[in-house]
Amino acid sequence: MIAIVDYGAGNIFSVKNALDYLGMESQLTDDAHAIQTADAIILPGVGAFPSAMQMLRERNLVDVLQTEAKKKPFLGICLGMQLIFEKGYEFEACDGLGLIPGTVEKIPATDLIIPHMGWNKLEYGIDCPLLKNLPEEAYVYFVHSYQAFVSSEYLAAYVTYGGQIPAMVYDGKTVFGAQFHPEKSGETGLQILRNFGGLLK
Amino acid sequence: MLAKRIIPCLDVRDGKVVKGVKFEGVRDVGDPVALAQVYNAQGADEIVFYDITASYEKRGVILDVVREAAKKIFVPLTVGGGIKSIDDFRETLRAGADKVSVNSQAVQNPALIREAADIFGSQCVCIGIDAKKIAENKWTVFINGGRVDMHLDLIDWVKQCEQLGAGEICLNSIDADGTKEGFDLPMLKAVCGAVSIPVIASGGAGKLPDFAEAFLETGCSAALAASLFHFGELTVQDVKVDCRKKGILMR
Repeated sequence: MIAIVDYGAGNIFSVKNALDYLGMESQLTDDAHAIQTADAIILPGVGAFPSAMQMLRERNLVDVLQTEAKKKPFLGICLGMQLIFEKGYEFEACDGLGLIPGTVEKIPATDLIIPHMGWNKLEYGIDCPLLKNLPEEAYVYFVHSYQAFVSSEYLAAYVTYGGQIPAMVYDGKTVFGAQFHPEKSGETGLQILRNFGGLLK
Repeated sequence: MLAKRIIPCLDVRDGKVVKGVKFEGVRDVGDPVALAQVYNAQGADEIVFYDITASYEKRGVILDVVREAAKKIFVPLTVGGGIKSIDDFRETLRAGADKVSVNSQAVQNPALIREAADIFGSQCVCIGIDAKKIAENKWTVFINGGRVDMHLDLIDWVKQCEQLGAGEICLNSIDADGTKEGFDLPMLKAVCGAVSIPVIASGGAGKLPDFAEAFLETGCSAALAASLFHFGELTVQDVKVDCRKKGILMR
């Protein structure tokens, strides 16, 4: 059973739809006990960093997520990926979950269109079990205006848009973060979710 | 860099695809979800459901279509047609759409753009525009399916849309639409030069090279076609192969 954390941020149904399609059992929940007893956790999210953290705090989920993410497979998606880091700077400085060292800041101003929205090609860093069995040219779907700044030791994949944008981060153990939307990234995205399912005991 | 997008559009009335034709392996040619799955398998980067249901009572039917599609298709889905209010936005997004396209109502009530962008985020607010040439490098905006001239300058309008928080513009050329002679390049160039949000080219695609031409000659981010794909004249894959051959980044 995968707990999809439902804390009021964004369209969680598309994540649920994708897991249903793949036959991976999941449950939308904001209940600490359900998260503790789940085999894995997905933290989705669309919106702003401080309000998402506020919604997690209101539901008393911050400690639970910090503890459980170190015990079993945890995947943050889009804003859920950004919340993995220590600090966000969207509108105001705000503490994140601190699961992986790094910060979240506005995509550096270039002459490119922000938000970074559309299909971009993964380029690879450290070895990561979620990125197995992907096509040679793996495109995934992004929609975001802020990005992670993270050391290369946690960087499993990035894309090029002006500079480098971290696409997949991994702590080498249980914590994964996808800046893109695997649930909207066609067959490549489904394979990434399948790989995540493969980590479940 | 971002890949250029190829977007098939399905016109849906009362939950059925308008003028359905036979695709291999698709039993019910009128089933929008089945057709969307065909496009998905062909490599569509996004799929648009355009609702042309006339009666307001049957508006809910398109939401059922979106709900079903969202269970089977895992690329971004856009829904347009008849969107009038924040509630319409909310219901459509809740049904599983990733973007909502609003056309006539945005012209009549531009505040809707800002409100929708504030509540749901710019990324899901797409402004559909029907425009027609009135003089050299001058176009005006039409509403109600291209029937009513609002005497609104196209370039002024797209700039206003961007300022109000629109995330994307889907630009349909009334002059090019149905001609199959290619996208309206001068209009596209003018709009792409006026805004920095993504612009989708629509109207006029009739043959394979039309897509690459739009990408090579204008700054558009995506190209949309309906009947061309719908009648099986070209597949999304055909278009992508041609664009790739010409050096355009495709998924």
